[in-house]
Amino acid sequence: MLRDITIGQYYPADSVIHKLDPRVKLFGTLIYVISLFCIKGVVGFVVATFFMAGMIALSKVPFKFMVKGLKPIMILMLITALFNLFLTPGDVLVSFWVLEITKEGVQNAVLMTIRLIYLILGTSVMTLTTTPNQLTDGLEKSLRPLNKIKVPVHAIAMMMSIALRFIPILIEETDKIMKAQMARGADFENGNMLKRIKNMIPLLVPLFVSAFRRADDLAMAMEARCYSGGAGRTKMKPLTYVKRDYIAYAVIIVYLLLSLLCGRI
Amino acid sequence: MSIIVDKVNYVYSAGTAYEIKALDDINLKIEDGEFIGIIGHTGSGKSTLIQHLNGLIKATSGSIYFHGQDIYDKKFDLRELRNRVGLVFQYPEHQLFETTIFDDVCFGPMNQGLDKNEAGLRAFEALRQVGIPEDLFYQSPFDLSGGQKRRVAIAGVLAMKPEVLILDEPTAGLDPGGRDEILDLITRMHRERGMTVILVSHSMEDVAKYVNRIIVMNQGRVMFDDVPKEVFKHYKELEAVGLAAPQVTYLMHELRDRGLNVDTDITTIAEARAAIMKAVLGGKH
Amino acid sequence: MNIIKARQLVHEYIRRDEEGNVESIQTALNHVDIDVKEGQFIAILGHNGSGKSTFAKHINALLSPTEGSLWVDGKDVADEENILAVRQTAGMVFQNPDNQIIASVVEEDVGFGPENIGVPTETIWTRVADSLRSVGMLKYRNHSPNKLSGGQKQRVAIAGVMAMEPKCIVLDEPTAMLDPNGRKEVLRAVRELNQKKGITIILITHYMEEVVDADYVYVMDKGEVVMKGTPREIFSQVGKLKEHHLDVPQVTLLADILRQSGINVPLGVLTREELVEAIMRIAG
Repeated sequence: MLRDITIGQYYPADSVIHKLDPRVKLFGTLIYVISLFCIKGVVGFVVATFFMAGMIALSKVPFKFMVKGLKPIMILMLITALFNLFLTPGDVLVSFWVLEITKEGVQNAVLMTIRLIYLILGTSVMTLTTTPNQLTDGLEKSLRPLNKIKVPVHAIAMMMSIALRFIPILIEETDKIMKAQMARGADFENGNMLKRIKNMIPLLVPLFVSAFRRADDLAMAMEARCYSGGAGRTKMKPLTYVKRDYIAYAVIIVYLLLSLLCGRI
Repeated sequence: MSIIVDKVNYVYSAGTAYEIKALDDINLKIEDGEFIGIIGHTGSGKSTLIQHLNGLIKATSGSIYFHGQDIYDKKFDLRELRNRVGLVFQYPEHQLFETTIFDDVCFGPMNQGLDKNEAGLRAFEALRQVGIPEDLFYQSPFDLSGGQKRRVAIAGVLAMKPEVLILDEPTAGLDPGGRDEILDLITRMHRERGMTVILVSHSMEDVAKYVNRIIVMNQGRVMFDDVPKEVFKHYKELEAVGLAAPQVTYLMHELRDRGLNVDTDITTIAEARAAIMKAVLGGKH
Repeated sequence: MNIIKARQLVHEYIRRDEEGNVESIQTALNHVDIDVKEGQFIAILGHNGSGKSTFAKHINALLSPTEGSLWVDGKDVADEENILAVRQTAGMVFQNPDNQIIASVVEEDVGFGPENIGVPTETIWTRVADSLRSVGMLKYRNHSPNKLSGGQKQRVAIAGVMAMEPKCIVLDEPTAMLDPNGRKEVLRAVRELNQKKGITIILITHYMEEVVDADYVYVMDKGEVVMKGTPREIFSQVGKLKEHHLDVPQVTLLADILRQSGINVPLGVLTREELVEAIMRIAG
């Protein structure tokens, strides 16, 4: 199951979306997420659907692969939907025992589920087409003005990119340690909450030990390659806008206007 | 009979573009008291195979029988299977977690439902078997040397008193001293306790020296399954799939090719010495 | 000229308790003298805890001598001002392939070193391509390191060092975590860099068969250099090697045993071909 998480994974392909400046993609994703929460009507969602479908098609990432990213959050979606379904006051449609399903509840449940799915799909278009390094580069450059108020933007960006690089490694490691402890009779599935938490110790301690060891090794490897913070560094892939980035910005703005115009319909 | 693997297939990420057939129609019979070496390069399916043997991975199709019982049967107790088929993973020291060595070794027996005293006795015995001196028992496992850590981790599995002991590359990353300690320990467990041992390894030299049956895995299939001498006769096929016979086997073949009358089904240094002595001195008489 | 020159090098790991009192002192390097000429392929052998890795870390200024001195390309590693220059001159490859790759795409990782030392963008690109080509990994430039084999990851790590255009590469047990194929791959790449590009190689290992091609071998035990010489000189002392817990290759071991049994094969047999020749000569 742990292997199914696609968020934070990069899917190499040769597409326009892959080539876009990460700042454009960050901006686009931000606008898209905002638009999702402004849209309330069917037409608005049609616009959003077309926009997203267009981006997915352009990205050349198989749709199947994207859908895989939805699996881990299935439960979250279900809970959100159920809460909305049962806890929204309004015109009662059905009622049994203490539970009531209202018209507004159904609407809200559907709306939230669609929003969540679109949110995950939309953001995964960005993460799947942007290497973590590009992403952090984009963030670093977009947030550079914060340097003036003593925010260590470079250090934060570096931390993020290293974290992203090590997520798959640590996931694999978790899987391995879990199996090793299961071979020694450990039980991660049964028991009450308290017992389950206690049962996690044989998993968490080795995982932390390993993470710290890796951190130590990595720090040394970085030092050995002359890393000494952001000062004096050059960039292999400096961010510069080209024509397609300006066009992309235009597309995003058009989408924003459209979704605001059609959002209520 | 101990373990039967019957037409087992295993497919990773079935139904996606990443589908990989990790095991392809595996049929094996493992008898009690055997000492088996499993050889194959990375990705040949050997690690996947051994995880099937104690039920950590479930076959996509096919069956596995332990003492005649189908382990995929609903009534079959998988935890009981794991008690009887001990599996030592690669770099097992990465699973140590307790504050003392002794407590860490107790983890397995405690999970088996033994009381503190009994688990303690088991831990004591297992630690002695792997040669950890008593004055270290109550120290943190994280302060030990690499070789010692690994022996403690192996003790953690031995303390569960399994009938079958499976080790996935137990000598990886160790220096020669550490490696010999581990291999000697495993041989002792096989000889003295009559344990069935399955040793996954990259090193042909190690395997040739210790085991009495070799299973060669390649691309998820069993390529050879025989006594070492017979397997190493196929040294050319082994080489074609990125494996190799022991150095001395090649040497004997080369001597033979050059016209020296020596046996070629030789896998250890002692055998090679005897054969060369015979050929060289015999030739001079 | 000697690119590495160690004189009476001492390193002590000092362990202190919470109050800062010295709890124990462990001498990892004990008056070590090692010289490496530019362009040489040097191997340092020793079991775990022999001090060989501690020595390696001094070459890269990751550790600083307790006593004695070490010069890399004429620069004293103890001098703070030399640190960046020393690290550029002598790059380092570590044991665990996963824990030294920083970026999530191969080419970006190789570019990391040049970025750190302020190489202009265009030059970085040519250096990255050249280095990846020199280890045979150019076609993987857009891959994620997580999808590579251990041997491939180590070659990426070597490329990452090459992109900094060092004169010397120190490899600290680069093959210890690899399978036999990975080990061969890495060693082939290292030998090629030495032969084709004249890069000085310092290979630290406990596998004796990896040092057969070296120009000169040092054997370390308990922090001291206990043997030194050409591979042939070293391999001819099987008994002594075993004393230092080293693993003598089967061919060398067999040759030694044959000698002891009265068959006159020469001392210090390195390869299978040599032993075959020797036996055939004797068999007449």
